[in-house]
Amino acid sequence: MRYLPQTATARATMLKAVGASGIDDLYSDIPAAAMRKEAFDLPDHQGEKEVERHMKKYANRNIAAGDVPFFLGAGAYFHHVPATVDYIIQRSEFLTAYTPYQPEIAQGTLQVIFEYQTFIAQMTGQDVANASMYDGATSMAEAALMAMRVTRRGKVCLANEIHPHYVSTLESYVEKDDISRDAPDNDTACVIVQSPDFFGKPQAYDALRKQCDEVGALLVVVITEIVSLGLLPAPEQADIVCGEAQSIGLPLSFGGPYLGFFACREKYLRQMPGRLCGMTKDADGKRGFVLTLSTREQHIRREKATSNICTNQGLCALAFTVHMSLLGEDGFKTLARLNHEAACKLADALVKVPGVKIISDTFFNEFVIELPKNARDVVDALAAQDIIAGYPLDGNRLLVCATEMTTDDDIAALCAALKEAA
Amino acid sequence: MSDMQYTNEHEWLKIDGDTAVVGITTYARHALGDIVFLELPDVGRKVAKGEDFAVVESVKAASEIYAPVTGEITAINDNLPDNLDDLKEDLDKGWIVKIKMDNPSEASEYMDKTAYETYTAGLE
Amino acid sequence: MSDLAMNDNLDDNTMIKAPAMEDGNRGLHYEENLLWEKERADRPGVDFPQPEGMKLRTGFEARGDIGLPQNSEPQTVRHFVRLSTWNYSIDHGFFPLGSCTMKHNPRLNEKVARLPGFAFAHPMQPASTVQGALAMMYELQNWLATLTGLPGVCLTPAAGAHGELAGIMTIKKAHEVKGNTHKTVILVPDSAHGTNPATAAMCGYTIRSIPTRETGRLTVEAFKEALGDGNDVAGMMVTNPNTCGLFEKDIMEIADLLHKADGYFYCDGANFNALVGKVRPGDFGVDVMHINLHKTFSTPHGGGGPGSGPICTTEELAPFMPSPIVIKDGEEFHLEEDGERETSCGRLRSFQGQFGMHVRALTYMLSHGGDGLKQVSEDAVLNANYILSQLKDDFYAPFADSPCMHECIFTERLQKENGVTTLDVAKTLIERGFHPMTVYFPLIVNGAMLIEPTETESKDSLDRFITVMKDIANEAKTNGDILHENPVSTPRRRLDEVQAAKEPILRWKDAG
Repeated sequence: MRYLPQTATARATMLKAVGASGIDDLYSDIPAAAMRKEAFDLPDHQGEKEVERHMKKYANRNIAAGDVPFFLGAGAYFHHVPATVDYIIQRSEFLTAYTPYQPEIAQGTLQVIFEYQTFIAQMTGQDVANASMYDGATSMAEAALMAMRVTRRGKVCLANEIHPHYVSTLESYVEKDDISRDAPDNDTACVIVQSPDFFGKPQAYDALRKQCDEVGALLVVVITEIVSLGLLPAPEQADIVCGEAQSIGLPLSFGGPYLGFFACREKYLRQMPGRLCGMTKDADGKRGFVLTLSTREQHIRREKATSNICTNQGLCALAFTVHMSLLGEDGFKTLARLNHEAACKLADALVKVPGVKIISDTFFNEFVIELPKNARDVVDALAAQDIIAGYPLDGNRLLVCATEMTTDDDIAALCAALKEAA
Repeated sequence: MSDMQYTNEHEWLKIDGDTAVVGITTYARHALGDIVFLELPDVGRKVAKGEDFAVVESVKAASEIYAPVTGEITAINDNLPDNLDDLKEDLDKGWIVKIKMDNPSEASEYMDKTAYETYTAGLE
Repeated sequence: MSDLAMNDNLDDNTMIKAPAMEDGNRGLHYEENLLWEKERADRPGVDFPQPEGMKLRTGFEARGDIGLPQNSEPQTVRHFVRLSTWNYSIDHGFFPLGSCTMKHNPRLNEKVARLPGFAFAHPMQPASTVQGALAMMYELQNWLATLTGLPGVCLTPAAGAHGELAGIMTIKKAHEVKGNTHKTVILVPDSAHGTNPATAAMCGYTIRSIPTRETGRLTVEAFKEALGDGNDVAGMMVTNPNTCGLFEKDIMEIADLLHKADGYFYCDGANFNALVGKVRPGDFGVDVMHINLHKTFSTPHGGGGPGSGPICTTEELAPFMPSPIVIKDGEEFHLEEDGERETSCGRLRSFQGQFGMHVRALTYMLSHGGDGLKQVSEDAVLNANYILSQLKDDFYAPFADSPCMHECIFTERLQKENGVTTLDVAKTLIERGFHPMTVYFPLIVNGAMLIEPTETESKDSLDRFITVMKDIANEAKTNGDILHENPVSTPRRRLDEVQAAKEPILRWKDAG
């Protein structure tokens, strides 16, 4: 009970001060039928080392990226996180602060959000970005909802291969029947395109932009690998750019917490979901930052809010901002290029494996190959040899990914194992 | 301006033939504090009596403005969003929309200035 | 296209210059400009091997200038450390923010979440390679089921509001399967968090408000009135203890009436810290609730997230929960996905949940154990009642006739006579070195001050806060005007929120 500072003496004094004869007096409003008589079937408290031992057993039963040849991407990417990032996000002042509702004592968090918003806006080629969303899939779903508010229309068109989890999330947020793969028409709120698409292929936007303009729909670009923006053109043609920023600053962590980003054209600002931080002056005229335009949000607008979202992914946005600060313009672009070159090397090696075909013609750091055998079986067989081969698609197709973490030895190990398995 | 009429929801309206000119009252303006944003409806939109057609925002609150009469919005005061100080109980500068009434008798039920002042005094 | 677009142009809103760093520094206050305002470093703060210059296979030319800043590692460290010093945090001191449960965040949680087997497991790895991660989630599911008395657990939701969405979608799906298309209304007390009505609206429900202003509590009478014949009511969303810090005494009778009308009881778990280890919500009629791991179970707030908001449901509602959930099949664990769960309301996010927060929460639960968690509830409730008892003569306490739960509520009524408002009290607390309480919430209490001390404060710490609050009450009487100026010692004083909203500057831009 090391987290509880109250002493027995203090408890007794306080009970007396409140006029209670025992602690249960303070629970007198709770109906007797709801009061639990027997103890909970739970273990008693434990010391640090016992807890750590218990949790370590779980951790040790997982294969971790970094320990084995690892070629799995598909919406979550294994990248290096500089030591500085983890050091900064563990500072008490960031880690244990609350949402910056009291700006006089939260300027640190607020300036970081302002910097984060600037990074996202620059990287996506958009005017403004919010303080972040839960993750890529919810960010895309919120983009669709926002497009519906802006256009007052109800249909969403999917233009290409979008991450299947993102599509099923969208199907939970909007009516399934309102999502189609048809060309947009006058009922279409937005066209959503993923780039690179789920199979790793980078997309062009001009034709889609034209299509959207013809019917008055918004163009939403979703990005699951934000590192790609260091090499691929910015989706400047889009009205909303959203997606997943886990690649910058965040570990894989079995799926979360991640960092949904959300950027758009300034003219749609009032329909944006989520928190926004803005620059202003204090009572002495000094520059400072505050959360702003909050009348869009649930705590003021209640059932008429743009979204029910309350938190952002504050600490994850901080990790992103620290990592981006370290990378800078040159580092970000170098990182992107190293990812692409790692994928090129992987492709060049795989093409030499008998029976393996490269399906994708263009890619960033992820592409599709065809195996002579069922891909899921191959993935399972290789996992038993401590190689994470990629994401099995339908039939014999496998989605493979390389990042700056991928070594020549990793590639050689994969090729050898595939040769064996095929 | 003595022929303005007033609603419980703090809109004023002035009848001009079959058209109602609508704005918000001085009382509402004070209650809202510093206004930072006004969202106007589209011209041509049909509104029902009691339906919200515009939103006025301060830093900490968003308030809907309700149509006092049923009809079609024939004009909006484009000047207001950029000149929020003009949003007041003023027929020339402070009007928000003009509504062509479907049923002009709807306008007859609202308070006159004196009744409205008594009403707002009771809210304090 | 609608005309909801902004009328003012962001480009017109020029940057405000930062005070010169050498002018602003005083004592331990350091001015810090934006990353974009610094001299650009020659090279990044990360060393990479030189790319080989291979021909691009992206199908596009390489991207041109983005306009990003560039800093070395020491510059970056100093930038963020300086910024951090402008934040108040739970590690600084007392953080009595009502309904937010700002308790101590143990560092063991952080250490365990960083074990490589947790930190570097990929969400789409074959199940055989992540049995430890799945088993950990399964154990957390069991703890939550035991503590709530609700056996269905889905860890997916990313935060409290996301948990609400998961819960209401679960209810919606259950009604859909039953063919209850006529149930279109969710009942929400007017004291609810804004997320409650926002969530119900997002799910397509109409909100019917239950008034509680007079009593601070739900009454059977007001509930019956809102329920009507109950034909159109799909469910209700109630926070219990409620946002006034009171337990809803009549909750079992109300839940009963709701269930008879074939409605479900969603409990907002924001205030679960009052009950944890002591009372199971399943025992007072709850059908589904979310748990804020970042409140009750000590995962850090991180300056506004990441949160984590698992939901717990009755056996009856479990088949309708979102996917995936972790199930145990013999000795093997696996993620049961959408396709395997016919009546699930679907997927709600990219992957299985805020896993890093799950690790932290279970670490915390194991540390406290069942016995420690019971003590958590008891100390949290005792601390709040102690503050209530010590301050109720100085500040008006609208509901002091009975004990509060884990938080207590005051208003500005007495201070207002001298022109001092809740905002002034809050800003004066800042001046005196405390984080303010939650202010102006719940909305049904005018000028509310909602104080939640949590169990991780000692009597000493509470007494210091009480002393300062009494000082402020006295100052309000004798010299109230100076309170309007507070805070004066912070690096920044009260900020102009009107200007921020009127002329939004939401990103840095080169002045040209």
